[in-house]
Amino acid sequence: MSGPAAIGLWGVPLALIGGAIRVSTPYIFVGLGETITERSGRINLGQEGTLVFGAMIGYGVAIMTGSPWLGVAAACACGAVFGLFHGWICSFPKVNDIAIGIAMMQLGVGLAIFFGKPFIEPAAPHLPAISLGWWSAVPQIKAALDVNSLFILGLALALFLNWAFRNTKYGLMLRVVGDSAEAARAMGLNPNRVRLYATAIGGGLAGIGGAYLSLYYPGSWNEGISSGQGLMAVALVIFARWNPLGCFFAALLFGGAGALGTALQSVGVTQGYYLFYAAPYVLTLIIMTATSSRSDSLVGAPGELSITK
Amino acid sequence: MTQAPPRAPSLETIGMSKSFGALQALADVSIKIAAGSFHALLGENGAGKSTLVKCIMGFYQPSSGAILVDGAQADLGTPARAAALGLGMVYQHFTLVPSLTGAENLVISRADIGTVINWRVETRRLDAFMATMPFDVPLDVPTGQLAAGQKQKLEILKQLYLGRRFLILDEPTSVLTPDEAHDVLGLLRAMTEADDLTVLMISHKFHEVTAFADEVSVLRKGVFVGTGKTAELSAADMAAMMIGDAKLAVMDHRASISANTDPTLLVRGLTAPDRTGFKTISIAHLAVKPAEIVGIAGIAGNGQKELLEILAGQRPMVNGTILVHGEAYHATREAARKHHVRFIPEEPLQNACAPRMSVAENLALRMFDIDKNGQNILWLDRARIRQHARMLIEAFKVKTASLASPIAALSGGNVQRAVLARELTGEVDLLIVSNPCFGLDFSAVAEIRARIMQARNAGTAVLLISEDLDELFELSDRILVMSSGEIVFETPIGSADVGVIGSHMAGHH
Repeated sequence: MSGPAAIGLWGVPLALIGGAIRVSTPYIFVGLGETITERSGRINLGQEGTLVFGAMIGYGVAIMTGSPWLGVAAACACGAVFGLFHGWICSFPKVNDIAIGIAMMQLGVGLAIFFGKPFIEPAAPHLPAISLGWWSAVPQIKAALDVNSLFILGLALALFLNWAFRNTKYGLMLRVVGDSAEAARAMGLNPNRVRLYATAIGGGLAGIGGAYLSLYYPGSWNEGISSGQGLMAVALVIFARWNPLGCFFAALLFGGAGALGTALQSVGVTQGYYLFYAAPYVLTLIIMTATSSRSDSLVGAPGELSITK
Repeated sequence: MTQAPPRAPSLETIGMSKSFGALQALADVSIKIAAGSFHALLGENGAGKSTLVKCIMGFYQPSSGAILVDGAQADLGTPARAAALGLGMVYQHFTLVPSLTGAENLVISRADIGTVINWRVETRRLDAFMATMPFDVPLDVPTGQLAAGQKQKLEILKQLYLGRRFLILDEPTSVLTPDEAHDVLGLLRAMTEADDLTVLMISHKFHEVTAFADEVSVLRKGVFVGTGKTAELSAADMAAMMIGDAKLAVMDHRASISANTDPTLLVRGLTAPDRTGFKTISIAHLAVKPAEIVGIAGIAGNGQKELLEILAGQRPMVNGTILVHGEAYHATREAARKHHVRFIPEEPLQNACAPRMSVAENLALRMFDIDKNGQNILWLDRARIRQHARMLIEAFKVKTASLASPIAALSGGNVQRAVLARELTGEVDLLIVSNPCFGLDFSAVAEIRARIMQARNAGTAVLLISEDLDELFELSDRILVMSSGEIVFETPIGSADVGVIGSHMAGHH
């Protein structure tokens, strides 16, 4: 019972699981970051720019220091700066967070391309993976269960946030600010400050998602490294109803959709598989259509969010 | 948990004044609230009630004057210091966070919670606290799902939980049903009688003041005009103190209706999902005849708003027919114009105005696109719009600085007058009104109700949706009760009974 031929069509679900884990990791980080930001009552569409910039910085720092983890840390720090910048601009009256987000997206991508030129050629050290498939002799199972360390970190983070939103002072404060700025002010909280920090943390997590792209999968820096994960993560958060665990599973779903094309290709489907590369985008459209309503605002949406007001 | 003095404090203001620029909002106000008393503060909008309580709560710095708490001069410079002395305020609008549970709302409002909340300990403490309180509110559901009465109780509980023993209540019953209001005020009254609490309640409703308060103080235009025991004052005395020599609009006598006319509005078999999508609005039959006011009573959230939105064309219906003058009505601009249908939704500034557009433009929303003969026009006739606005402002006594000022700059009563002017001018066969007097003062309320009665007597069919039972009893010819999306009760005004209507509103039938 070994060898590729032996598992036959089982290769598709296996490749899907492996692919889902690989492709979903950036979604998890951007999604969790955006969940924190949106729970505070703000939307940061700049996550896409932060992701691309994080990918560039992570890759560059990993090359220069030889440590992929330093690259992740640098990407996280840069993402937090992007988030702070977004949060700072939005703390002025009459500033629209969505418009600023779009501007920040362009800025992040532009800066990444500008500073990233020298890093296109050299190869950076990759992030380590943890082999959960040691028990099996089947190479496909081994490959599918080669889980990257950031995925596990993402799962832990989702569990932690799910707990922290309910059981910590800061979690409750975040939800208060996101649901009713009026109530927050009445209890002496400064909504703008809470949102500033929430956007910074959200940006930092998006930076980590970017570092994953360049340091693990696909694993190199180029200008087209992101295929819109930063934007789709915003849709994902809505689909997940602003719930961290929901976010994790939604990311897996999106990841699985993203891996569909490759999975089909791997079992020898030679025609039409490229159509499935569009699966995440189609999924985004379907989800946004199915969960929207003509007359009513979303259930579970933070009350202060500009799209639900 | 902050432990404030366990007994109820007394409070006194001495010569309190506050001005904003040239406007003197409070002038030399001295009032005395005894420990453990239930004190009512009466006054029209703009009389300075909010300014006074905001000075007490430390939100405003008085220009001059002093505050004594328990007889000792207190420095209440900030809300935190007022809170530390055990002063708390319950606002007219809820300050609970809708997506948080009652327990989460209570715990997060405390200043001294640790980074990680130990829910086992907190739950035990909350249970112990609730056991000492006369209020019973479920603490484990998101507060957004609570009924208005329960939310108001939770607001009060929050203040008591924080150790506040002097409570200022800003129109605490404005969103409650009569039963809920009675319940909440009765419990507060009992706590003051036990000397556990001192209450200062801002109110417009004389029957509540008479039934629950010990004493009343009245402000008019920033000046203290009198105080007295409620037992010794009649509603007329209090009204006279509040409005001084201002004249209230007098309501027309109700003209009798001819029995056998065809209904102007006829709704049959209407069904539609409500705003949550989980429940259904289902109206089997609803008819409004000319020169008749049909009042719809109900607790907010029982489908009245959805019914109004369907009639206004803002919400699709699944089944059913709406007939106006016997013709199918789809709420288009043409149909509304043809059948003379007019709307006054609640919160008119948001729902019936373009807030940043001028008063003149807002008054022209029904006529800017047609000429004198009702023909469509391409170019706006600015002169005619201004002339139209001047006429309406004159006729309905709208107070505005100029025709060009944004309508959002007007006071609530004047916005409502402007909307009323726009909707009641010209021929009106069907008028659909929702909570027209919410949050307005005496003279505005009297005038607006008089206008609606005038329209009725002139032959307009009026559908009045209101959460204010006094208003429904004053205006309606028939009262219907909506509960869970259906009309569950109907009575002509002659035999209407508050108790019966209240129990149907609450769903006991």
